[in-house]
Amino acid sequence: MSLWKRFTMIFRSKANSALDRAEDPREVLDYSYQRQLELLSKVRRGVADVATSRKRVELQVNQLEQQQAKLQTQAQKALDMGREDLAREALTRKSALTSQINDLKTQHANLQGEEEKLTLAQQRLNAKIESFRTRKETIKANYTAAQAQTKINEALSGIGEEMGDVGMAIQRAEDKTANMQARAGAIDELIASGALEDVSNPGGQDDIARELESMSSQADVEAELAALKGGGSKPAIDAPAQDGAILDAEGSKVEGTNGSQS
Amino acid sequence: MIVRILGEGQFDVADSAVDRLNALDAQVESAVDADDTEAFSGALAELLDVVRSVGVPHDAEAIDVSDVVLPPADATVAEVREMLSDDGLIPG
Repeated sequence: MSLWKRFTMIFRSKANSALDRAEDPREVLDYSYQRQLELLSKVRRGVADVATSRKRVELQVNQLEQQQAKLQTQAQKALDMGREDLAREALTRKSALTSQINDLKTQHANLQGEEEKLTLAQQRLNAKIESFRTRKETIKANYTAAQAQTKINEALSGIGEEMGDVGMAIQRAEDKTANMQARAGAIDELIASGALEDVSNPGGQDDIARELESMSSQADVEAELAALKGGGSKPAIDAPAQDGAILDAEGSKVEGTNGSQS
Repeated sequence: MIVRILGEGQFDVADSAVDRLNALDAQVESAVDADDTEAFSGALAELLDVVRSVGVPHDAEAIDVSDVVLPPADATVAEVREMLSDDGLIPG
């Protein structure tokens, strides 16, 4: 027997077994309708879950990209200060982030695919349920046992197949999302542990930043000294501003600290 | 004939396309039997592509039984085998 015939038979028997329960055919219709509504709300929840995971991955990509840009700036600063070793370290960390970001982007695409599939499944199921509801009421209204039985069977195997399909889609989406959530959790943990610095907390500094800062404050001291030696009347606090071009934001931050200390 | 691609819904496929689909189905089957992942995904993708291009989406409100059911596009050999075994992926 060909593959798709086998597949069809197995799928159909599974899809229908769910509906072979109640005794009175009219009860079967109502029972099936209940099951459809339950499935629909499960699909709705599934769509929401997948969307949440997708947004979370998006947020993580943003965080890592910010972190990457920061490392790039740090590397540039370190080079400007003649610290090639620090620059190398910063760039190494940056490249490690690149693969994380690529992974996350793949996941993001996957989640988006799942979300679209589930949304489609939801629309399909919605249309089918609405049409089943009308059909069920018609069959019940015209109920004469023998004739109704045929119609009920037709309606049930059609809707059973749809429910089986949508049910499988939601199950697969749940499995995939669970894997991705585990990974997303792992990345959150890395960020929390400081292995990937949390860029949402700019107050916390990594070691490269600390070293750069201590170097720039040394440079400030030298500059102030030079200014004092050079003729003195100039306010010392202006001196670091000359370094500002090289040290940028970091420089002005240090200037602020120095100001409060003196 | 009505063909369901799992996860995508039903398509109405003209009977004239059946021979072509049968040939592709045989390829998918031999790939599953040989446990050949690459041949499997290629053959399955082609089979589904033909269904999508030859067929037209079945009316969403019509409650009809499919003549044939096909695995989802991202199914793996292992998954198909599991579905074909007794305790498959298809919820029950």
